[in-house]
Amino acid sequence: MNIQLRERPGAAKAAVAKTAIADCDIHPARATKTELYPYLAKRWHDHLETYQEHPYQGMMEGPPYPKAQPNASRRDAYPPEGGPQGSSLSFMQKQHLDPNNVVLGVLNPLRTGQGLRNHDLAAAICSAINDWQIEKWTSQDSRLKGSVVVANEDGVTAAKEIRRRANDRNFVQVLLLSRNVEPLGQRRYWPIYEAAEEAGLPIGVHAFGFGGNPITASGWPSYYIEEMVGHSQCQQTALASLVLEGVFERFPKLNMIMVEAGFGWAPSLAWRLDRCWERLKSEVPHVKRLPSEYIREHIWWTTQPMEDPERRDHLLDVIGWIGWDKLLFATDYPHWDFDEPSRVLPVGVSDANRDAFFLGNARKVYGIA
Amino acid sequence: MAKHVIGPVAELPPGSRKFVVIDDRPIAIFNVKGEFFGLLNRCPHQGAALCEGPLIGLAQSKDPGEIEYTRPGEILRCPWHGWEFDVRTGQSYCDPRRFRVKTYPVDVEPGTAVVKGPYVAETIKVAVESDYVVVDL
Repeated sequence: MNIQLRERPGAAKAAVAKTAIADCDIHPARATKTELYPYLAKRWHDHLETYQEHPYQGMMEGPPYPKAQPNASRRDAYPPEGGPQGSSLSFMQKQHLDPNNVVLGVLNPLRTGQGLRNHDLAAAICSAINDWQIEKWTSQDSRLKGSVVVANEDGVTAAKEIRRRANDRNFVQVLLLSRNVEPLGQRRYWPIYEAAEEAGLPIGVHAFGFGGNPITASGWPSYYIEEMVGHSQCQQTALASLVLEGVFERFPKLNMIMVEAGFGWAPSLAWRLDRCWERLKSEVPHVKRLPSEYIREHIWWTTQPMEDPERRDHLLDVIGWIGWDKLLFATDYPHWDFDEPSRVLPVGVSDANRDAFFLGNARKVYGIA
Repeated sequence: MAKHVIGPVAELPPGSRKFVVIDDRPIAIFNVKGEFFGLLNRCPHQGAALCEGPLIGLAQSKDPGEIEYTRPGEILRCPWHGWEFDVRTGQSYCDPRRFRVKTYPVDVEPGTAVVKGPYVAETIKVAVESDYVVVDL
């Protein structure tokens, strides 16, 4: 969201007490390649040294698309002690948590075991990442809460990991990514949903991931910018699949959070689904209600990226459809497309909606009193 | 408006930049191939420390397949969202109608002139035999 502000002399020092906020998308990183080793069996150290990781992606290293900034992160977020952006708790506190008055920060680790073809390695790395989140982050700063990362393509093992962490208050959600081998509603992923519902944990579905598929429905595009806008297409595929496979019928207490894929598209997808469902419901008799009803009931949405139309009433209309009680603030720190909290909302939002957006909704969906 | 001494020219060689705070304003002084430029170190988009970003060139295209890359080292790219600004004028290349970075004139003055004043140089010792970078704000 871009808000035009005139520069005022001395504006930077006007550090009035800032609103307490929840940041629902923070990316913690490892300072070194071996930082995870203490949490991994020796067998996997040797495996990684010998064979490395093999994601569901062609024989190439790195992300499916190159990024526009180093590590896809802010250039001013390198910790002074070295290591990549997001790898130092003290610097994260100094640069982000303290000055922006983050009272609840949800960690979404990327580059975990998710999306690896070797499912045993995937499970070991995911479990190690979960231990690492506790030891390096959540036990050191009570504002931070972790996400249970799981070997997404092996639902049974993933469910075991979720049950193992079920009552651990270091974690507030289960993390999946939007790109998987199959659309997220399919039954191979159901053990994950079953365990999450049982544990009372919502599932965050964050953009990115490795599924072996291009981000578009018709092949690999040329540019990073196409990946950036493609996240919303990818998330739409996931959401349509979740609704149409009957996930919310089977798991009626399951809540999901769509992270970093925008939300401007939500009404149009829901309208299209509703109209098609009216005509085609005999094909999917397990979908008993209008698709939009499942979406509005079970889905929360994070900002960043937040659509930025020329007319702000268009944005407010979309939020009106989604509901101010379903929108969560996120910065994406330390990634380069970071949203600055003071500049994210347009003017004219009521205090009640503002408070819900910045903190109340997050407390509710993550079950934090 | 007052002239502030930033430091001796020798301490700001081509390719370098210096960050200062004057009257609560964070300012960066750049030496781009011997020319000096002063910009407010705050991105008008979301407030990042703009001047910590890399200086790149200007990539433009008249037609798909034709790329002109000009003015290397004169375009400042924000460390957050990559918004590009002209280091000479503060003009935004993303949205020139709505956004501009405040610029400040920077000059090189001989030590003899700086000693006479009216320059503000509380923390910098001025010697007549050196040249100084001076910003006007």
